[in-house]
Amino acid sequence: MNRPGPAVVPRIAPKARLQRDEVRDREVLLYPEGLVALNETGSAILNLCDGTRSVAEIVQALKQRYGAEGIEGDVTAFLDGLAAKGLVTYAPPAPPSYPPTPSAPPR
Amino acid sequence: MVPKPLWLLAELTYRCPLQCPYCSNPLDFAGARFKRELATEEWCRVFREARALGVLQLGLSGGEPLLRPDLETLVATAHELGLYSSLITSAYRLSKDRLAALKQAGLDHVQISVQAADAGLSDHIAGTASYRDKIAAYHYTRELGFPLTVNVVLHRTNLHQVEAMIRLAESLGAERIELANTQFYGWAFHNRDALMPTKAQLDAAWEVVQRERARLGNKLEIVWVLPDYHEQYPKPCMGGWGRAYMTVTPGGEVWPCHAAGRITTLEFANVRDHPLEWIWSESEAFNRFRGDAWMPEPCRSCPRKTVDFGGCRCQAFLVAGDAGVTDPVCSLSPQRRLVDEAVAAAERAAAAAEAPAEWAYRAAPASRAIAAKG
Ligand code: SF4
Ligand code: SF4
Repeated sequence: MNRPGPAVVPRIAPKARLQRDEVRDREVLLYPEGLVALNETGSAILNLCDGTRSVAEIVQALKQRYGAEGIEGDVTAFLDGLAAKGLVTYAPPAPPSYPPTPSAPPR
Repeated sequence: MVPKPLWLLAELTYRCPLQCPYCSNPLDFAGARFKRELATEEWCRVFREARALGVLQLGLSGGEPLLRPDLETLVATAHELGLYSSLITSAYRLSKDRLAALKQAGLDHVQISVQAADAGLSDHIAGTASYRDKIAAYHYTRELGFPLTVNVVLHRTNLHQVEAMIRLAESLGAERIELANTQFYGWAFHNRDALMPTKAQLDAAWEVVQRERARLGNKLEIVWVLPDYHEQYPKPCMGGWGRAYMTVTPGGEVWPCHAAGRITTLEFANVRDHPLEWIWSESEAFNRFRGDAWMPEPCRSCPRKTVDFGGCRCQAFLVAGDAGVTDPVCSLSPQRRLVDEAVAAAERAAAAAEAPAEWAYRAAPASRAIAAKG
């Protein structure tokens, strides 16, 4: 199991979909047989889960946008809650794209 | 204030190649009431109106929805509207190409039923050889990257296979298995004596579920739909009448739940005659049991009324003959003995080692005969 450290990359699971709910003026995360209603912060976090940003980068982006401090715990708890429901998955940190990774030596 | 709906179950057709004796479709599904199916444009309008009302989850069901050649168009429309769509199917003769076309059109999730864990019993319960198609379709679903729910309706004849069912779902790589104890509506109510499980069967199955949940963790979600005749309190049916959910039948009638059409004391409006908004907010049928002003005792002064909403109106009608009384499944209901008697009859028969009653398969000729009798 991946423990979600700040370097992991969270991603919305394939079975879930972020959707604007105009009627109730909010965003929701839809999945088979259910949904999670999101507040503004939840929406902001999930919209940053684009499969390239790490948790640390998401926190950084939110800090810049809202000028909020000490939000790491909240962001991690929110994502872990969704991960426990299988709605968010964590990938290991992406390898740096430059310099190009040499082909791995035989183990 | 009238609440806004979240769920729409679109019953696209009542035609079905399978003949499950527990089917929740109306007994008279083949009669005149459901004959004329909505056209493609009518369904698309229903989806648009539902979305504007607040619906986000769409179930495409039946009967067998694959029998509609316009299914791809309907899925595409739902997708454009932002609805999360689930196909609820028997998978009979479902090809990989068709499933791929549905994926292309934007289908989000697939739920495929199976009647038992092996071909012999599954085909016997379905009344149609279909197990092989189902297993093939499970694999296509995974290959195409759909989230997959395996659905099994549980009853007297297959409850002993719960462990094998879970292992099957696990081996298929399903996200979720829904072990749905039979709810006694439609054909299931008609076949109640044949389907009613014993307490010992339910206890054994529940033990398996707990053990398998512990073993599987969140690798496979195991949903256990309670056998409500064996419970102390009723289920919060549909999350409350006219609160979050509606069903549109093949012919365009709108019901607060997929069993409500059986309540002969209510008149249900049709999307051919009225906008969905009016039906949801204004029609008599949707307002009759909305909120709690309609509740009689013992519900009226019961603290659980915000939890279970007095239970199921359709069950009250079917079992007690009055849609406006406390769900007879509730241990506080003055009619609970009607439920106890049905349960006790099954126990007596099992104790005497009698074979369960024969069931009637859900089939058009039987349905037309029932419809003709009225
Ligand atoms: S329960 Fe069986 S018979 Fe009824 S619609 Fe589903 S597959 Fe067809
Ligand atoms: S009396 Fe009514 S509200 Fe109370 S538990 Fe029974 S059904 Fe629910």
